[in-house]
Amino acid sequence: MALTEQEILAGLGKIINEITGISADEVTPEKSFVDDLDIDSLSMVEIAVAAQDEFGVEIPDDQLKHLKTVKDVINFIQA
Amino acid sequence: MSKDRVRVVVTGLGATTPLGGDVASTWSALLEGRSGIRPLTEDWVDSVPVKFAGRAAVDPAEVLPRPEARRLDRSEQFALIAARQAWQDAGAPEVPAERLGVCVSSGIGGIGTTLSAYDTFKEKGWQRLSPFTVPMLMPNGPAAWVGLELGAMAGVHATVSACASGAEAIGYAMEMIRSGRADVVVAGGTEAAIHPLNMAAFAAARAMSTRNDEPERASRPWDRGRDGFVLGEGAGLVVLESYEHAVARGARIYAEAAGLGMSADSHHITQPEPEGRGVMMAMTQAMTDAGLTGRDILHVNAHATSTPAGDVIEAQAIQKSIGSHPLVTSTKSMTGHLLGGAGGIESVFTIKTLAERVVPPTINVDDLDEGVEVDIVRAKPRDLPEGQIAAVNNSFGFGGHNVAVAFTTV
Repeated sequence: MALTEQEILAGLGKIINEITGISADEVTPEKSFVDDLDIDSLSMVEIAVAAQDEFGVEIPDDQLKHLKTVKDVINFIQA
Repeated sequence: MSKDRVRVVVTGLGATTPLGGDVASTWSALLEGRSGIRPLTEDWVDSVPVKFAGRAAVDPAEVLPRPEARRLDRSEQFALIAARQAWQDAGAPEVPAERLGVCVSSGIGGIGTTLSAYDTFKEKGWQRLSPFTVPMLMPNGPAAWVGLELGAMAGVHATVSACASGAEAIGYAMEMIRSGRADVVVAGGTEAAIHPLNMAAFAAARAMSTRNDEPERASRPWDRGRDGFVLGEGAGLVVLESYEHAVARGARIYAEAAGLGMSADSHHITQPEPEGRGVMMAMTQAMTDAGLTGRDILHVNAHATSTPAGDVIEAQAIQKSIGSHPLVTSTKSMTGHLLGGAGGIESVFTIKTLAERVVPPTINVDDLDEGVEVDIVRAKPRDLPEGQIAAVNNSFGFGGHNVAVAFTTV
């Protein structure tokens, strides 16, 4: 069964909090990883690795660089 | 000692050990003669012949914020915690980045990360490895993180010489200050090696105690019933500083790091040389370097790991190179052996011993082995006299590495 946007957002919030210390409440769909959340490229790799474990969706490096916002990741996981 | 040489003093101490999460709690446990050795409860304990160790009293992952802890190997976590303590203890000295150095060593490096990352690689593939795997497993990782934390630019180093690594780091740091490369250097050793492969490998070398029915009694240097070392984990770091720099900023000075001796046995890859010639050479050099003679040395924090071969050789080497008078102790009887971390925590203990003028005991010496004719401090702490006094800390490592550092009161 496909996950809802809310379920994916909650999961991403948990992962991002674990990796960066940013509060899960701050992880909202419109936020940009670099500009709003100040997440660097290695942290994005960590997030992608954790998301793979959490959602069972592999995010290849050439795709990862196009995922600029939280919403982009949600869409990628839902697709 | 030549008058024009730069004097090196100790102005800060930090430690996290099997006896406590900081210097104060560790020190009071040492004076009480408490053992930090406990049975291991991990599932893997059934696969190894040694079922106990000196786990750190405070889990470093509980001390550090989660995002920081997950990017650090456990050995790096210990080092960073001890470095922050030592730096605060020294009063967070204001020093230009170009004059601040770091020398923090580990005997084995991030072996816990190496092994768990290999499991991840085999089970899930390379894509699942953390991008921080390399900085977590590299042996210079603890030094590098401490250097980043403090903004050190005068050089960040990690000397490696097995169980002498921590002491060698402190010796190297002394030389950095003496040669004029730095005014302040944070130095010491760290280790996090309680893993089934390490336990199995040391057991395969027949180096570990298997006193599984009495873990707290297993580390018993110089006792006739000793049967090998007990593995411990943690870190001990010191802030070293030129005397001039310390005085100019009004720092509290614990002791002077007055003399350094280093040698190599060139005898056997793991066995100590039976006459202790390399060990005596290191101690003698440390005293000469400090401008001291054997009579000045009132205390030795011995390397003595509770192995059948090494303990008596070291005691006899102390007797021949220093004399029978110093109060000798092995704090490994309580902390276990921290490998590369040993020289770090034991330097902290030697400095505290001089500053507090009390020698922690060696516990579990029920039946002193024959041939040990130095004055072993057994069961209860003993006081050191007033006035100018000096002590030596010994650390030796597989490979035949010997380091002796002489500390004095100021």
